[in-house]
Amino acid sequence: MMMLDVQGINVYYGAIHALKGISFHLNEGEIVALIGANGAGKSTSLSAISRVISTRSGAIFYKGESIINTPPQDIVTRRIIQVPEGRRIFPRMSVVENLEMGAYIHNDRGKIEKNMEAMFARFPRLRERRKQLGGTLSGGEQQMLAIARGLMAEPELLLLDEPSMGLAPIIVEQIFDIIQDINQHGTSILLVEQNAQMALSIANRGYVLETGRVVLEGSADDLLDNPHVQEAYLGGGG
Amino acid sequence: MAEEHHKRPVKMPQLNIKIIRLIAAFVVLVLLILRIHNVALESQLGASTWLRLSVSGLIIGGMYALIAIGYTLVYGILFMINFAHGEVMMIGSFGGYFVFEAFNAIPVTLHDGTQISFLNAQPVIAILLAFLIGMGIAALTGYFLEKIAYRPLRGAPRLVPLISAIGASIFLQNAGQLLFGPQRRQYINPVIIDRGLGWQIPIAGTKVLLTYSGIFSLVLSATLMVALYLLVQRTKLGRAMRAVAQDKRTAALMGINVDKIISQTFVISGALAGSAGVMWGIHNGLTNYFVGFLPGIKAFTAAVLGGIGNIPGAMIGGLFLGIVESIGPAALGIDFQLQDVIAFSILILVLILRPSGILGEALTEEKV
Repeated sequence: MMMLDVQGINVYYGAIHALKGISFHLNEGEIVALIGANGAGKSTSLSAISRVISTRSGAIFYKGESIINTPPQDIVTRRIIQVPEGRRIFPRMSVVENLEMGAYIHNDRGKIEKNMEAMFARFPRLRERRKQLGGTLSGGEQQMLAIARGLMAEPELLLLDEPSMGLAPIIVEQIFDIIQDINQHGTSILLVEQNAQMALSIANRGYVLETGRVVLEGSADDLLDNPHVQEAYLGGGG
Repeated sequence: MAEEHHKRPVKMPQLNIKIIRLIAAFVVLVLLILRIHNVALESQLGASTWLRLSVSGLIIGGMYALIAIGYTLVYGILFMINFAHGEVMMIGSFGGYFVFEAFNAIPVTLHDGTQISFLNAQPVIAILLAFLIGMGIAALTGYFLEKIAYRPLRGAPRLVPLISAIGASIFLQNAGQLLFGPQRRQYINPVIIDRGLGWQIPIAGTKVLLTYSGIFSLVLSATLMVALYLLVQRTKLGRAMRAVAQDKRTAALMGINVDKIISQTFVISGALAGSAGVMWGIHNGLTNYFVGFLPGIKAFTAAVLGGIGNIPGAMIGGLFLGIVESIGPAALGIDFQLQDVIAFSILILVLILRPSGILGEALTEEKV
């Protein structure tokens, strides 16, 4: 069943045409990767879905309903949760407070406590640092906190923006294991990555973006075998 | 060669400014200490006078602190100085004034036949209602101020909302003059918070009068400050306010309605300023359309002094400014009417020597 359907959206930053009629879709239960170089429009696509930037034209459907006129806070209540690029942890809030911000749309105290306990079980480092301010965590810890904060909202569709950015390879491995695990527990995932190899290794399908357009799409395995993808994003040859 | 010529003029002035600042700060400090030392030696003022001045400074300082919190909350979220904030306080002051006036006009006959006003028959209700109405209409003023004067300018260069704020300030002052008239109006207090009555505290042979109105104001401002601190630290609304202040876009990604939180910040700021307005009337006995101007600028000074954007800083800055401007003229042996000069000298010195204030963090590019 098609969960998210993005149809020909156009986004401008002033005079710059950032998304030139991009279309892609995601089926329920899938991991879909958007890959491409810096400035290709990957993050912009996620922000357009979260409605924190406006689209000039095109349509976005979530579970069959248009969300193009939905304000960002209502996107969150529909359980489309973005984990933004660069973690964007609240620097002067503790780990616990950051997690509580993630659960902002929920009011059931008991459920919030239970989810937080689940996050601490999944990310033991966060439990150790629960009283520490978000700004004092390491990059890897911040990424874990960002993902945990996103999960606190109980997402049905998780939009992950560059979760591997600036992290050591061993931590990237951990993060991607966690992403797969989240997906196996029933959350659909739209994954934006520059690290195409990693992204396609866990994704069902992928789209390749170049300067605001989708230039290639297909199953993750097909894309991994595609000569253009290999040359441009997987370090050539193969 | 060319590079060296290019480098020198860039580096030297920075060093000079730092040294000049240090020297200036040192000179000011030495002069102040000398002056206070001399005055203290010659002074005829006893301990009771110093206590009286400190207490009255603390009372006024509490009001500055309540107004300063409003400046700091709004700056924390929008990075703008709400220069119309003093006028919000003025409107709150009139809210309380009209409640007391109305209650005073209702006569009540007691069992023994004496006639008193409803104001003194039910002083607790009168005071409660005065603060509710004063804070309420000030909060409403803050709400509409943001909706009308600032929200349409969201995303404009930072100077633009600042100019709009000054315009709104002038507009509200003149609207106040039109509605309430240009004359000063006498605040009628219920007797239990009378300005002339109070406790006599014996100090060093003489007695110091702690007025009921003053003690009441001090207790209430302290209570409101604690309440605000708890609101910001402990409640969901407070957390959302801090999240919006730290990162608006990410706050929106958490499901926070950023516009609504900004509105609520203006409502809270307005209510606090309104409470200060009613206290100002109760404590000083007067109000008019211009009453918010000086306290507004002084509270701005206090917010800058404490570190703009920092809530405990605004509280400390307000209390500190109140005490300094109250004790200052006596300590420096200058005319009492020069206390405004002291307050604004502090503003200038803080802006020159430590623009980030007492508790403020170093200003980052993003925030300046």
